[in-house]
Amino acid sequence: MGIVGDGFTLLAADSIAARSIMVFKNDEDKIYEIDQHKALAAAGDVGDRNHFCEYVIKNIHLYQLRTDISLSTHAVAKWTRNQMAQSLRKHPYQVNLLIGGWDKNAGPELYFMDYLGSMHKLPFGVHGHGSNFTLSIMDKEYKPGMSLDEAIGLLKKCIKELGVRFLINYQNWIVKVIDADGTRVINLGDDEPATVEEEHHCGLTLLVSRAQNESWLLPLNRWLRKTILA
Amino acid sequence: SMSRYDRAITVFSPDGHLFQVEYALEAVKRGTTAVGVRGKDVLVLGVEKRAAAKLQDPRTMRKIVKLDDHICLAFSGLSADARVLINKARVECQSYRLNVEDKSSLEYITRYIAGVQQKYTQSGGVRPFGISMLVVGFDADGTPNLYQTDPAGTYYAWKAHAIGRNSKTVLEFLEKHYTDESNEESIKLAVKALLEVVESGSKNIEVAVLTRGNVEFLDDEQIEKYVQMVEDEKAEEKKEP
Repeated sequence: MGIVGDGFTLLAADSIAARSIMVFKNDEDKIYEIDQHKALAAAGDVGDRNHFCEYVIKNIHLYQLRTDISLSTHAVAKWTRNQMAQSLRKHPYQVNLLIGGWDKNAGPELYFMDYLGSMHKLPFGVHGHGSNFTLSIMDKEYKPGMSLDEAIGLLKKCIKELGVRFLINYQNWIVKVIDADGTRVINLGDDEPATVEEEHHCGLTLLVSRAQNESWLLPLNRWLRKTILA
Repeated sequence: SMSRYDRAITVFSPDGHLFQVEYALEAVKRGTTAVGVRGKDVLVLGVEKRAAAKLQDPRTMRKIVKLDDHICLAFSGLSADARVLINKARVECQSYRLNVEDKSSLEYITRYIAGVQQKYTQSGGVRPFGISMLVVGFDADGTPNLYQTDPAGTYYAWKAHAIGRNSKTVLEFLEKHYTDESNEESIKLAVKALLEVVESGSKNIEVAVLTRGNVEFLDDEQIEKYVQMVEDEKAEEKKEP
């Protein structure tokens, strides 16, 4: 999943590496960092994903060393798409990509690319079967220029929905944000977007309110849960 | 006689010379001077910058280049040949990373460059590269390295070395004054050695300083600072009887 916000691009990828019914690894990082301000979130066949992404990264690195020019997100996306398209009728890569980056000139950008080499610049994008569920949530809730907290909130809503309606339990995610300061990992934490619920403990009723768009309430929320539920 | 055995490089002369390779070395000796110094925690490369013509853009005359994030290189000789070799080396650096997921060691890449140079002394229809190179960088385990390659395809590791014009003078100076006391001393040594044979002034030399995890191309101001330090030291030395 990818979301473009106010001065940043958020990329999230599930961290399960599995084949058929067997889970090999549940902390796989599928977001490959191309350089300080660009990353590639990839989904698809494990071997193809790894091979193609590493190939892209090393070639971009070579280009930047050769020419002393730092490529824009658009240029990297275009190059990657060309590679995908060239390999399509020779040795196709079964990989779906979301290229996210931040430029000084263009700001945050997100490029959606599928395994057949089609590419689109989007404000938000999702790959995989889960997109059937999460895209509708993004359609409704996304607004341009969201803050990081809002974008993370949106992401959490999507993840929660997948937990409810999607067959595969995608609950382990690696989330990275790319902005002017570079790329860093975001810890989603274990607090879910609160819904209106009543908690009864020792005869005490507490109303924990909706804290989705009021991130300042989250710490209060957390404290309340800890002290009451402890 | 000499002329009968220097046509095609694949021919040895009766007394065991490969004349084309030796002539390539002559081409190197006519190139601008380059100096390399290895310290305990620093690597310094300095090159003589040929004065730019009035209408020429000095930015296009880069003589110290980056092969990878942790490897730098300076050369003496034919710049066109250097461009080709440098390109091959850059691709090899990335290829190594792609296959092994580690940055290459200095020895590996130097061996590769020397290997390419050697290939061109033993193939039909090609001539050797008219380049000697000084390759510097820190290995993954932190060891500093300075290697030199030549048109014959041999390579050696050095504590300090000079190639190109007047390299003999510079090398003698380095042998006399080599120190790895501190980073500052190593940089000063490189600049001082270069200034033995290059006209004084920051616009005539280019300097790159490598420390573990960082490559810095000194700008004119910084170079001028070192040039000044060196000049002051020289003046002091003259004063003492």
